[in-house]
Amino acid sequence: MTQHGEISDYLSVHQLTKKFGKFTALDDISFSTKLGEFLCVLGPSGCGKTTVLRAIAGLEKPTSGTIVVEGRDVTQLPVSRRNVGIVFQSYALFPNLTAEDNIAYGLKQRSKKAKGVEGRVTELLETVGLSGMGNKYPAQLSGGQQQRVALARAMAISPHLLLLDEPLSALDAKVRIRLRSEIRQLQKRLGVTTIMVTHDQEEALTMADRILIIDRGKLVQMGTPGEVYDKPATPFVASFIGSMNFITKVRKMEDGIFGVGEHRLKISNGRGARRVQNGEPVMIGVRPEDVMIQADGGDGINTLNTLVSAIEYRGSLFRLSLNLPISGNDYTTIDADVPSEKVRRLGLQENMHLPIHLPVDRIRVYAA
Amino acid sequence: MEKIETKTIILPLNHKKNTQYTWLNPAIGFSKNLMFFALPAALIWYLADKSDYNWQWYRIVKYIGTFQKESFIPGPLLKGLWVTLQISVISLFLSCLTGLITAVFRLSPSFALRAIARIYLEVIRNTPLIVQIFFLYFVLSPVLGIERFTSAVLALSLFEGAYASEIIRAGIVSVSTEQWEAAASIGLKPFRIYRHIVLPQAIPVIIPPLAGQMISLIKDSALVSTIALYDLTMEGQMIIAETYMVFEIWFAVAVIYIIITAGLSIFTHFLEKKFSKSFNN
Ligand SMILES: Nc1ncnc2c1ncn2[C@@H]1O[C@H](COP(=O)(O)OP(=O)(O)OP(=O)(O)O)[C@@H](O)[C@H]1O
Ligand SMILES: [Mg+2]
Repeated sequence: MTQHGEISDYLSVHQLTKKFGKFTALDDISFSTKLGEFLCVLGPSGCGKTTVLRAIAGLEKPTSGTIVVEGRDVTQLPVSRRNVGIVFQSYALFPNLTAEDNIAYGLKQRSKKAKGVEGRVTELLETVGLSGMGNKYPAQLSGGQQQRVALARAMAISPHLLLLDEPLSALDAKVRIRLRSEIRQLQKRLGVTTIMVTHDQEEALTMADRILIIDRGKLVQMGTPGEVYDKPATPFVASFIGSMNFITKVRKMEDGIFGVGEHRLKISNGRGARRVQNGEPVMIGVRPEDVMIQADGGDGINTLNTLVSAIEYRGSLFRLSLNLPISGNDYTTIDADVPSEKVRRLGLQENMHLPIHLPVDRIRVYAA
Repeated sequence: MEKIETKTIILPLNHKKNTQYTWLNPAIGFSKNLMFFALPAALIWYLADKSDYNWQWYRIVKYIGTFQKESFIPGPLLKGLWVTLQISVISLFLSCLTGLITAVFRLSPSFALRAIARIYLEVIRNTPLIVQIFFLYFVLSPVLGIERFTSAVLALSLFEGAYASEIIRAGIVSVSTEQWEAAASIGLKPFRIYRHIVLPQAIPVIIPPLAGQMISLIKDSALVSTIALYDLTMEGQMIIAETYMVFEIWFAVAVIYIIITAGLSIFTHFLEKKFSKSFNN
């Protein structure tokens, strides 16, 4: 986990805990962001993503812990004094006001000069691509347009922090993908530190500078998209982001060598392997796209003989289900993603024997 | 796995699209009121006619008003109507105001304000209106030095205000808390949130039940006759005491009340239409 509370951190959250009665929604969460960073909070439904965001916004009082923005403790400040722009999951536009007025009210509260407000509203409408739609009421706008108004409203107050709660989840796939890059570009241009909640791993991987993964109220991992995908800290993270094969009943034999039944696997240190004691039972994980096909046989390192039990077509690739005998009649199934071209070239079929190779540096070791 | 999410953006007010009001509706409402009155009236008329009651409709005219030397002199019924209207209009305004303030107090984060509102509500709702009128007139008015009319208006306003506050509170609560949060997040202060965001959304919800409450107010105003205030009901009683025209006068009085309440109904239909059409598409 990264160090928190450094001077260069824009926002830092220290040991944030939130209880609703007896239920602990957030459990000792600490993290920090740098100025201008785009952070995604990712996790399954009900894990506490919205609660984190609401605590940072000042809409939910933490049971304990502090929230520091620019070195100032804001934990006790109400939302109206935190200067945060919020886009709610349901947008929460004011239905009785036009798009223009939705955006303008926050500005009017700040400056008394009506002229400046008008110009700024026009500018914001343009920024979110809604020029000329200002006089429409929210009910007269499409989902994507409402989302843009919500974004413009949040940005109107020139927030120090932009908080987005699953802003794209109510939109259809096409609009969502377009808005992803629009939001990201806008955020980069304005340089506003942003935290976005999502339960969509693809969204997090494509948009975020760093991803925060929460499971049942606990922060399980924080890192760049590459880090969390490549080095998932726990089996939960590994299967939540992308997919991973797990092989259980693995034993550490000696440094760098692990035993699976009669097979011996070489695993490079630093992939969770170092922490384990010799003889200790562990679980290893390998992503389907990291499983290499070795149709030409050969008995190199980490080569295992498997039987193709199923082939599933997935467009640009096939997913093979491979049976790996462990010992005696004991099998485990390993999924492998193989490019369509390769499957055709090698003429892969069900019930074929297929040697596979698990790259030394693509296997991760987890406590059993 | 990607869930396929359907678009479920339910804006607070969209779903309760009011029944379509045409320009005819007030008239329909009015004639409905008349119908409800006309049927029993016809029945009573029929029974009265069978009995030997001596109808003297022509005699009530002078109690409505007379012409003397080309100028109109209003009779006791019209004078009573004027008093009833004055009491009703002032109380209507004051009770809405009391209701709004009480509702806001009840929803306030301050314990003291909530407690004040709560005590007021419980006291008012758990005692009869007539007792409140007597209490104000016989106990408080000598102490405070307020007159009969003011006592009556105060009693009515406080009484109807308590019920109005519950209606207004329900309307305010019907606006989702996210609206508050969104408004607060862009820096709006509570007063502005109420005025520009919450009340405009709550008013279409509040108007129909509040109109019902205000009609009750007009009818309840008849009780002020108990402290010898010469409102419509009191004048009616006086004329009957003098003339024994029980049927004619009570008929006339009832018709006048119906005309006022129907007028209020038409006005609220108009308000409802005005407030709901602005942003409900
Ligand atoms: N006001 C509340 N009172 C009681 N429990 C609450 C409250 N708000 C949230 N919770 C609980 O806290 C947990 C986390 O809720 P939260 O809304 O943060 O989840 P989430 O990660 O945003 O989920 P989703 O992806 O479904 O939006 C849930 O189990 C929820 O039931
Ligand atoms: Mg949520």
